[in-house]
Amino acid sequence: MANNSSHTTEYVVLARVLLLLMFLTILTISITSYHLGAFTVAITLLIAGTKGYLVLSYFMHLKYESLLLRILVGMVFVLFALIIVITFIDYAYR
Amino acid sequence: MSNGTSKIEYVSYLEHQGKYEGIFSWIFATDHKRIGLLYMYAIITFFFIGAILGLLMKIELIAPGETIMKPQVYNGVFTLHGILMIFMVVIPGLSAVFGNFFLPILIGAKDVSFPKLNRFSWWIFIAGSIMAVASQLMKDGPPDTGWTFYAPYSTSTGTNVIMATAAAFVLGFSSILTGLNFIVTIHQMRAPGMKFFNMPLFPWALYATAWIQLLATPIIGITLLMLIGERLFAIGFFDPTLGGDPLLFQHLFWIYSHPAVYVMILPAMGVITEIIPTFCQKQIYGYKAIAISSLAIAGVGFLVWGHHMYTSGMSENARWFFSLLTFIVAVPSAIKVFNWISTMYKGSIDVKPPFLYALSFIFLFIIGGTTGLLLGSVATNVQVHDTSFVVAHFHYIVFGGMGFAFFAAIHYWFPKMYGKMYDYKRANIAWGIIFLGFNLLYFPQFIIGIEGMPRRYFDYPIQFQTSQIISSIGGFILVSGLILMVFNLIQGARKGKLAPANPWNGSTLEWQIPSPPSLENFDEEPVIKKNPYYYK
Repeated sequence: MANNSSHTTEYVVLARVLLLLMFLTILTISITSYHLGAFTVAITLLIAGTKGYLVLSYFMHLKYESLLLRILVGMVFVLFALIIVITFIDYAYR
Repeated sequence: MSNGTSKIEYVSYLEHQGKYEGIFSWIFATDHKRIGLLYMYAIITFFFIGAILGLLMKIELIAPGETIMKPQVYNGVFTLHGILMIFMVVIPGLSAVFGNFFLPILIGAKDVSFPKLNRFSWWIFIAGSIMAVASQLMKDGPPDTGWTFYAPYSTSTGTNVIMATAAAFVLGFSSILTGLNFIVTIHQMRAPGMKFFNMPLFPWALYATAWIQLLATPIIGITLLMLIGERLFAIGFFDPTLGGDPLLFQHLFWIYSHPAVYVMILPAMGVITEIIPTFCQKQIYGYKAIAISSLAIAGVGFLVWGHHMYTSGMSENARWFFSLLTFIVAVPSAIKVFNWISTMYKGSIDVKPPFLYALSFIFLFIIGGTTGLLLGSVATNVQVHDTSFVVAHFHYIVFGGMGFAFFAAIHYWFPKMYGKMYDYKRANIAWGIIFLGFNLLYFPQFIIGIEGMPRRYFDYPIQFQTSQIISSIGGFILVSGLILMVFNLIQGARKGKLAPANPWNGSTLEWQIPSPPSLENFDEEPVIKKNPYYYK
């Protein structure tokens, strides 16, 4: 039953992703010089999330894995979000 | 499927001569079966130390006031009892012992995906265990926080909290790596023809458990590191005097520790699901419902941690929400109980020791589960919170559940593990003594709990003494039964009759290979063409 198929990502794709990650890192730092108020955290989290997606997809090869595995990894993030939301049901109403 | 006959010269895993000899052939073993046995010997040793500590507590509580120990010693004893039993016995117990030994065999594989990582997990487990024991012997004295390490007390007590929490942190890595290994093994190493929905149900339970181990354990790891940081550098995570929030510790602690209950109980349910069809000679009732309910328990079990915190000062909205979720998590557990009982209906029941333990599991788990609903309801929880009612409920689930399933598993798979049989009559007597002792020990604690006996108290009013005496007598009976059970198993391993390949007429893969198995389990890769619980 073993699924031993492997996928080799082209170096040029990896290099592009690396450049994109570096650009997003610079963006994260430079955004602090703008006064975006409450949106600052949201935007930096969005950038961080995008970077995480790129790392998972390309460097960790999730993009080329089976649908089942992608769903399983996706469920982990859903679970994480649920735990945060439920914790804040306490903090928000205490 | 393999028919169990060897085409090449058969050498059992116990006799196989590898690179190392003597004790090193065990310490450096990468064979999943040897690693399973190593875990088992360590865990049984820790279990007996924990049981002796429990017995010492029962002797102390046999009369009001000081009996055999001072209050501070009592605090240390119940803390060590908790740390040993939770982190070193029940959490790794079934998964590390029987999961390691039988998961690859049940899915038709030679070993786990990462045998060297498996050995490393075992080494980490021993390192963490040594640290936990060392925390009791160092100069500041044994930790006195209970196994829950609640802040802010744990941030300020002068006892060895740092060493004990560091031990739990290290032990967590063993759990994470084992979980990771099992997930990859199940995804990658199933025999040809074995799809997820014709995989035996013990691997299903291990699969659900492994996800919890992988995802929840890092949370306790980081929480304990935060606690260590708080003690060393006064950072202010949990201590209100430093601007921290003690409820944050409770949230983080229980986000791990409630799913950890399912790390204990899910493999136990998997064991029972293997035993019942074999001793009823009948196909399991509701295969898919049992498989999916394991995942449901693992998933919903992640979201109910707040029911440990109803009296902590948590918000009212959070309390009813956690209560609702707690009632939901009872549903998949009840599905399993329904399916086990339905499997027995009109089966050809053969009452052998593994089946007796499996039946006891169902009986005790129902008591533990239904009293859990009392604790899940906010109104009744507030009444019995932190009383011995909780102690009784917890032990009915953890000992009555995981403990009895461990005993069921060892009696079920013993012939396969050692290639020898034990004495049935002595095993039945031991079961009777254990079952009687267990109920005498824990049931009175429900009653005095409702009447107001707090947990973790060294002293009590005279009105509780009769129940405390009954409970203490139950403790002695239970331990004597455990000694008889272990003696019988040791005698079986040393002098028992040779076991056939399939002594119980089981249908799963482990019963189709010789007892004990060879190093690589199967002479040739099995091809799966039918469901795992096929009986004529």
